[in-house]
Amino acid sequence: MTRHHGMTAPPTTGQILMSGNEAVARGAWEAGVTVASSYPGTPATEILEALARYPDIYSEWAPNEKVAFEVAMGASLAGARSLVSMKHVGLNVAADPLMTGSYIGVRAGFLVVVSDDVGMGSSQNAQDTRYFARFAKVPLLEPSDSQEAKAFVKEGFRLSEQMDTPVILRLTTRISHVKGLVDLGERPALPFLGFAKDPGKYVMIPGHARKRQPMILQRLTDLAQLAEASPLNPIEWASREIGIIAAGPAYVHAREAFPDASFLKLGFSFPLPERLIREFASQVERLYIVEELEGLVEAEVLAMGIRVDSGGKLPRTGELNPQRVRAALDGGGQRKDEVSSPPPDLEMLPFPRPPTLCAGCPHMGVFYTLGKMKDLIIAGDIGCYTLGVGSPWNATHTCVCMGASLGNALGMEKAYKMANKDQKVMAMIGDSTFLHSGMTGLLDIVYNGGNVTVFILDNRTVGMTGGQDHPGTGVTLQQEATKPVDFVALCKALGVEHVQLVDPYRLPDVYKAVKEALAHPGPSVIVTNRPCVLIEEFHRTQPFEVLDELCNGCGACLKTGCPAIQVTRREVVRLPNGRDKELSYVIIDPMGCNGCDLCVQTCGPKAIVPAGSAARVTSSGPPQS
Amino acid sequence: MNVGERTLNVLLAGIGGQGVLTASQLLSEAAVRAGHDVKKSEVHGMAQRGGVVTSHVRIGRKVYSPIISSGEVDLLVAFEEAEALRWRPEVRPGGTLIVNCLRVAPPIVNLGLFKYPDDPLASLRDFNGSVLPIEASALAIETGSPRLAGTILIGAAAAVLPLSVEHWEAAIGSRFTAPEILDQNLKAFHQGRDYAASMAIGQSGN
Repeated sequence: MTRHHGMTAPPTTGQILMSGNEAVARGAWEAGVTVASSYPGTPATEILEALARYPDIYSEWAPNEKVAFEVAMGASLAGARSLVSMKHVGLNVAADPLMTGSYIGVRAGFLVVVSDDVGMGSSQNAQDTRYFARFAKVPLLEPSDSQEAKAFVKEGFRLSEQMDTPVILRLTTRISHVKGLVDLGERPALPFLGFAKDPGKYVMIPGHARKRQPMILQRLTDLAQLAEASPLNPIEWASREIGIIAAGPAYVHAREAFPDASFLKLGFSFPLPERLIREFASQVERLYIVEELEGLVEAEVLAMGIRVDSGGKLPRTGELNPQRVRAALDGGGQRKDEVSSPPPDLEMLPFPRPPTLCAGCPHMGVFYTLGKMKDLIIAGDIGCYTLGVGSPWNATHTCVCMGASLGNALGMEKAYKMANKDQKVMAMIGDSTFLHSGMTGLLDIVYNGGNVTVFILDNRTVGMTGGQDHPGTGVTLQQEATKPVDFVALCKALGVEHVQLVDPYRLPDVYKAVKEALAHPGPSVIVTNRPCVLIEEFHRTQPFEVLDELCNGCGACLKTGCPAIQVTRREVVRLPNGRDKELSYVIIDPMGCNGCDLCVQTCGPKAIVPAGSAARVTSSGPPQS
Repeated sequence: MNVGERTLNVLLAGIGGQGVLTASQLLSEAAVRAGHDVKKSEVHGMAQRGGVVTSHVRIGRKVYSPIISSGEVDLLVAFEEAEALRWRPEVRPGGTLIVNCLRVAPPIVNLGLFKYPDDPLASLRDFNGSVLPIEASALAIETGSPRLAGTILIGAAAAVLPLSVEHWEAAIGSRFTAPEILDQNLKAFHQGRDYAASMAIGQSGN
């Protein structure tokens, strides 16, 4: 895992394996894009990381998706082709400029790339971005593999300029994170148009917006006409017994599940091409509509008065695959035998292996400390620290969306106060999430006198998505030095008087800081100051080892949750009070240990020592404990 | 195994940080160099943090879905013993399992909340197909770095897969550019391949 990815430009011709995200970046380059913005989020993160390698494109991380959208839109209004990318929940944040951006349209092409985490591999919910295209009345393109992802980006820019509209390119995890072969093309030289003052189009005061509204409706009608004849919506005739309408990854799964069926493949899937759908439906015996998540095309086709034989049969949760498609549609007369038995629950076999914190993660000392404070309510947030919900810490009690911890904590505190009950409430949030949308929550806490402690776990990176830079790191996406945010000064400027900086590896300091902050009447903030172990700023130190003869099996070190600590044997002993106690004797994986020494601080018999020092200790006799 | 009308399905499974995605990249690049169509799916984000990581690689004339349907895996490369147990139900009867002889217990097992199976390799004995255990992690440390385990495993897979050494070596050369790292990986690849070939599991079934 590196933070500073290579800045070498990709090859210029040929055919190479690319992920959907890399292919979108390539398509943007080949479409002449010059400005791109984003906020990291799985599964969309790598689009901007790939774009940043093209030196002739300005690429940036914005503090959040709304700002990213506004930056890219600004570039479009200035007459440069531009792109914004985000994960599905990012579009909730950017929905405000999208809705009015639809009214304003574009000057140069503007593409909104959104990747839906359909199977919730790394998200708090599953959302179907196809609704947003309908909501904002903008066209929707859905590629089904990397090659199409690249081609549809270019088509999206053409469509955006032809129809004066932002265009949404909808990906899913199985487009973004699937590699396939892509033909490379050239980058055209596009003229820079510049901004042209036109208040009726660009200044959405009510009087102007009311004039734009009917134009948006007309644009939708015109877009539907284009969709009817679009090469992105081909009919692939085969057997007319079954005809399948599908888009995106649902198409490739259905294509494999029903190799002999005819297909209407919707690459340009909103607005729907009604005539084309009628023509296709009229020529097949059975009509299936295969789509992931919502039955959205199905509902619209049913509303056209067309019979849909797959109605309500497809699962509305989780990702599709060929097997699920076959199973849902009764096997379509084939391979019925294979779909009858329910699949084993692989996540539970033979034991679950959920995500963990890394060995030496600076969050561990914080969770260790907070996990012992059973009376405290901890509102959590989005990031690696969401893992604090798990064992052994159980130190995260809510997780909603980016930045929610602060408002949630304030609301809880006020509710307890109104009920005349004393309750300590904490908000726990990471550095990048705080800058994304936590600052306004802190402002509310200060403004309305909330008695809330905010714990900012500053590990100097966007950790969960693989270590991206942000306004607090002092480095831009394209690896230029910039001014980093000073979190302590920022919190003080927002009006917090009680701000502490703490080393998360010093357990007594963390404990003292938390006790002090909770005792302080009014808003308080604690900021940690150690980097994520996966970024360059982290320097691994000498690993530790356990002296077997000194380990008493108490298991205290296991309470840190460090994955480098392994139990080698267990033993049940009878205590003087007659109760049984299980002892766990441990070793430390020398290759996993990052040398943070957190476990050393928990070890009563002082059995954990720097690796290699054991021989020395033994030769001079074991230390007395 | 061969690549023909039927798409060849390879599932690589391990734990975040073990190099599953690098190994699947080598396989995909080798298959592309051999002139096949390839689709490779990956896991990113939260799931990568010490959790289970899988990568589906599908090789054929024209590959549509990037996902291998349950029970249709031809070759499972498991980077850890318990992960071999977890993913075994995905393998077709007569398929092949390559298993790294390595046990990694997650914190929830160390905390005593779940039990690690006593002997995962023993419970693979009833598998209807070929099973090849290989000490890839131990060999990797001998060869110079625990990070080479993935390349050793992919070398073992190469003994079963219908791709020529020249394409594998070109794929490795495209992934590792520093001469010293490249040499180590080529050595690791051949170690894995020679070991698997010596165990004569190659070319089983189709």
